[in-house]
Amino acid sequence: MAARTGESLVNYALIKAHLLAGACLLVVSMLAGYLYSLQFLGYYPFSGSILSPGHMRLMHTNMAAYGWLVNGFTGMLYYVVPRLTGKKVLSDKLGHLIFWAWQLIIVLAIGGYLTDKAQAIEWGETPTGFRPGTFEMNYVPVDLLVVVGAVLVIIQFMTPIYQAREQKFYVTLWYFTAGLVWLALTYLMGNIMPEWMLPGAAGAATTGLFIHDLVGLYVTPMGWGLMYFFVPLILRKPIWSHSLSVIGFWALAFFYPLGGVHHFLISPIPDYVEFGAITTTIAIEVVVTTVVVNFFMTLRGKWSALRTSMAIRWFYVGAVFYFITCFQCAFQVTWMFQKVIHFTDWVVGHAHLIMFGVFTFWLFGVIDWLWPRVCKREWYSESLRGWHFWLWSIGVGAMFFDLMIAGLVHGFMQRDLNDWSDILRMSEPFWWVRTVTGVMVIAGLFCAIYNMVMTAKAGAAYQEDKHYIPAQAD
Amino acid sequence: MERFYTLVFIAGVGCFAIAFLLSMVFPWMSLYSYHGMDYQTLEQLAEKPSKEFVLLAEKFPDSFKQHYGAVTPQSYAQALQRGRDVYVGQACWHCHSQYVRVVSNEHVRWGAPSSAQEYQNALNQPHLWGTRRVGPDLAREGGRKTNDWHIAHFINPKSVVPHSVMPPYPFYFDEKGVPDADGIALITYLQWLGTVQAGIPVAERVTP
Repeated sequence: MAARTGESLVNYALIKAHLLAGACLLVVSMLAGYLYSLQFLGYYPFSGSILSPGHMRLMHTNMAAYGWLVNGFTGMLYYVVPRLTGKKVLSDKLGHLIFWAWQLIIVLAIGGYLTDKAQAIEWGETPTGFRPGTFEMNYVPVDLLVVVGAVLVIIQFMTPIYQAREQKFYVTLWYFTAGLVWLALTYLMGNIMPEWMLPGAAGAATTGLFIHDLVGLYVTPMGWGLMYFFVPLILRKPIWSHSLSVIGFWALAFFYPLGGVHHFLISPIPDYVEFGAITTTIAIEVVVTTVVVNFFMTLRGKWSALRTSMAIRWFYVGAVFYFITCFQCAFQVTWMFQKVIHFTDWVVGHAHLIMFGVFTFWLFGVIDWLWPRVCKREWYSESLRGWHFWLWSIGVGAMFFDLMIAGLVHGFMQRDLNDWSDILRMSEPFWWVRTVTGVMVIAGLFCAIYNMVMTAKAGAAYQEDKHYIPAQAD
Repeated sequence: MERFYTLVFIAGVGCFAIAFLLSMVFPWMSLYSYHGMDYQTLEQLAEKPSKEFVLLAEKFPDSFKQHYGAVTPQSYAQALQRGRDVYVGQACWHCHSQYVRVVSNEHVRWGAPSSAQEYQNALNQPHLWGTRRVGPDLAREGGRKTNDWHIAHFINPKSVVPHSVMPPYPFYFDEKGVPDADGIALITYLQWLGTVQAGIPVAERVTP
């Protein structure tokens, strides 16, 4: 069985550790988000500086990115890279070091957020350890530790990729190789340049590029890389079009980073830079369509997999959400939309759909498929798997539509010069829906984590063939 | 095409570098080539302490003296920097943006649209433009409200804005409403916002 070669190269303990740590940190992120949403409803339970709602906001966004996605993707890389290259990762000891170092970084970052040490870079709030703009130390330099951690991750996974350089690389490895290089460059650029070198509008262009690159050049390559690996593997058929994969990859590499400035449109950043960003962002929509078409054509003839394989269901609902988010991008990036929706909940809904609706769904697909393999046991409860999936699909979908409408209401009321208090009062029902859908998502997550822990403890014996779709068509 | 070195150097480094050039180096060069885009250090910004800073010193002499001494450019600079640190640390800038756009009638609500020049200073490094406006924009906040309004608002926002969703920050004030070092700094910073640009209309045509 071709699918089973290379299993001995994989270190399952590291995968297990990263996936479970990631899921637990996702709980931290979601609970922080839940608490933050309570502030909008007037029921925030804590007072005092440490547990203030602003700090919850930092925890919510940063734990989703650095706690959950980075841990999840790293766990996934430990499975995929050795399988594709036929080589082990550099060192298992280094793997354990990276794992513990990364969790230490997360704890230090949380400590920094709670004690007012966050850096003023959106999605890069990890403390620099220095007073803003100076070299006077006031905290542990977490940023520096993240760079060291990222370099170790790169060494760990680039070693097998480099050793396999004479082979013909599969598309997943294109994404991972370039994505790991981009991760280091992006992080260095975003956390250092605006802080010490670039004030004002030039710095804003750079932080816009940083937020954008973090999603576009780390999270997206990891996400598409895993899709290109797991979907054909589970379906037991090749991806539909190799040419479309090539177009998708190179167009992502070229166009995606050019759109960075679109986070600050109609701003003091020079207009020609904004126009460039708008045009390339619309171009990305074409790329996205090719990739999504490629995946849906791959599924053609195997539609029943959506019923029989939970992992495929996560992957493809995620792909639908991906298409919706990117379709939205192509419109919302224009000035016509920007003047209404920028600064409103529309943007918040967009960010939730891409982070929680797309990449989190794909990682849940990976967890759904890998966890029984890692634990050598079958899933403990089928119904909890179902609850997890449906609570998330309905919860994230409803939250997205709710925040999108809230954003339009806010945007038009702001343009029409309504009293600010009236805007808040009109937003309140939408914020209630947001909190309720948030609770659904958290409940789904608890189902998943309970199921993961019980599977590891008390699942039935593992059956390899159960996890693939039979080779013949429907 | 899809060989190791192509992926690392063309896709990885190359595409990143093109984007870096177009979205960061070009705007940076344009902005620096404009006339009058000189960078102002904190000392230059703090040369003349604001009226509100003087009023804080007069109204709360004990607390002010203890934390900042006298009203000098140095103590003003110290308060501005500390106020910004608190503003960043408490993530204020995630709910209050700091730039007025030329669209959506924002100039009517908040005053003159933001220009690149007013962000060329130490207190905008990194910038605090923000991406979400739960509360109003603060780019033109300086001088709009009195110090007393800010104190009442920080201790309990709902006392002055009944439908506010802003969290209270009573821990920067004692039970009599006297601000501590952070409270003085935060108000000083807020009263500074927007004062770099001259000729800002303070009068409000609508209530923000």
